[in-house]
Amino acid sequence: MTIDWTHFTPGSAFAGGLLIGLAAAWLVLQSGHVLGASGLLGGLVPPRAGDWPWRAEALLGLIAAPIVARPAFHTHPPTIAAGWMTLIIGGLLAGFGTRLANGCTSGHGVCGLARLSPRSFAATATFMAAGFATVFLIRHVF
Amino acid sequence: MARATPFLVGLLFGLGLCLSGMTDPRKVLGFLDLGGPWDPSLAFVIGGAAAVAFVAFRIAARRGRSLSGGPLHLPTTKAIDARLIGGSLLFGVGWGLVGLCPGPAIVDLGYLNGRAALFVLCMAAGMALYGLLTAVQTAPSADRAFASKYEPTADQLQRGG
Repeated sequence: MTIDWTHFTPGSAFAGGLLIGLAAAWLVLQSGHVLGASGLLGGLVPPRAGDWPWRAEALLGLIAAPIVARPAFHTHPPTIAAGWMTLIIGGLLAGFGTRLANGCTSGHGVCGLARLSPRSFAATATFMAAGFATVFLIRHVF
Repeated sequence: MARATPFLVGLLFGLGLCLSGMTDPRKVLGFLDLGGPWDPSLAFVIGGAAAVAFVAFRIAARRGRSLSGGPLHLPTTKAIDARLIGGSLLFGVGWGLVGLCPGPAIVDLGYLNGRAALFVLCMAAGMALYGLLTAVQTAPSADRAFASKYEPTADQLQRGG
């Protein structure tokens, strides 16, 4: 296995990670909540009284990010190659699966690992393995 | 400042996702593709994020309460059970199929990307389906043993992720 040196961006990846970590740090210190994207969206489906407003505001912040990121970091819009059928299946799996697992890459993969949570280590190892396997099968087997 | 915290936290989170390149599936799939040239960038994202968050969680745990004076809402579930593993497997497959997970997909709405919108819509539908199934399984008419096995824990209801 070779490293993809043309696409590997350690600097911006690490810097972006620091910003994500700062966001998680801010949230847990200020309001005591774990930062997890699936929890932000999941907490609106269905919404719970007294709880949904802060989640909705955080989601708005996420959506507003490109407006700042484009001038600040010269980022580009994404290229999503998946067709509509794959998007539907992938979305349903991601939505259902993150609720069942009670977290995703930010909730378990960042915050859970930061908390040294054995549950999150298990969850992260599992969704990583599933992600690796899925891409391998799609790109190199089928 | 505390009032603006959720929005600013979301914005900072989103900026980190944009800067790191995680909002583009090609970058994520470059990490998830072990059969081709490998892009380790995602590992650096998680490494940087977890390192900072690690410090904050230690401080928060020691304080025992938030800066706004309220309690911490940290998960208390300990068991590594079928729901955790099964859910993570399903999520991982969905992630590998598209190259998007919840955070980046939502940020991509800000890029006015129609495919991201479809993905997010279906994520919400999947979440609603989960809510429906757990609600059905806790209905009074359901078998109590079955219901108690599958109903969300108080922690999950409180925390939601």
